[in-house]
Amino acid sequence: MGKNPEELLKTAEQEEYHHLVNRMKPKPPLAQNCMWAFVVGGLICVVGQIIMEYFISLGYSRQDAVSLESTSMIFLGALFTGLGIYDNLGAKAGAGSVVPITGFANAIVAPAMEFKREGYIFGVGAKMFSIAGPTLLFGFTASVLIGLAKLIMLYL
Amino acid sequence: MSLLMAFLVGGGLCLIGQLVMDLTKPGVSPGHILVGYITIGALLSAFGLYQPLVDIGGAGATVPLSGFGHSLAQGAIKEVAEKGWLGAFTGGISATAGGITAAIVFGYLAAVLFDPKD
Repeated sequence: MGKNPEELLKTAEQEEYHHLVNRMKPKPPLAQNCMWAFVVGGLICVVGQIIMEYFISLGYSRQDAVSLESTSMIFLGALFTGLGIYDNLGAKAGAGSVVPITGFANAIVAPAMEFKREGYIFGVGAKMFSIAGPTLLFGFTASVLIGLAKLIMLYL
Repeated sequence: MSLLMAFLVGGGLCLIGQLVMDLTKPGVSPGHILVGYITIGALLSAFGLYQPLVDIGGAGATVPLSGFGHSLAQGAIKEVAEKGWLGAFTGGISATAGGITAAIVFGYLAAVLFDPKD
């Protein structure tokens, strides 16, 4: 089946149009994105540092203070996602809002909220793990493999 | 001073994530970033390369998800020395139990209590 000249012209026009669109589309402002990610991510870590030093000043060991800091940051990440503030921040900050542990909390709450109509058990309860599940899977698997590697090294 | 170091190290780790997201085609999703950070953090930690970052940056290295991977790896290594092979299965999760339980419980509560904004 050969294409008639009209169709060929149409295809050519479409290609030209796509080419034009790609040329005119604003390039992702890489430097600006990186600056936002650096500043917002850095500031989130400063909040974590303040929380950690507060718990150390209360007499907790450094290791427990880190656990308390993670727990507090997860609480804050979940709260600000619920309030609708975290995703607004994320639109500008990109990886600056994804990489910190508050971003992990965000990845749990944001998809879970959207699936309430499917119920609180298999809607919210299942969708909350759509990103957290794979993350924990790879984290746990890595920790088991590292533990077993350490075991082998102890017997060598 | 510790606040400045947390800002610089934490900001730097986020900047690397942004570069990965922007310079890969097709773009790496935030989900991939989370999986990548926890896994690479655990591996760096196993080779003793993450602890120096924690010593320098404090929360700047423990707040990013790579710090969570670091806790998983160090927990497994520590408990293997104490309990043998059982420690490989219990160590990582015991070390991070607080954070994981908080994420599940607070995450569920927030999703139930709040509605999505648009």
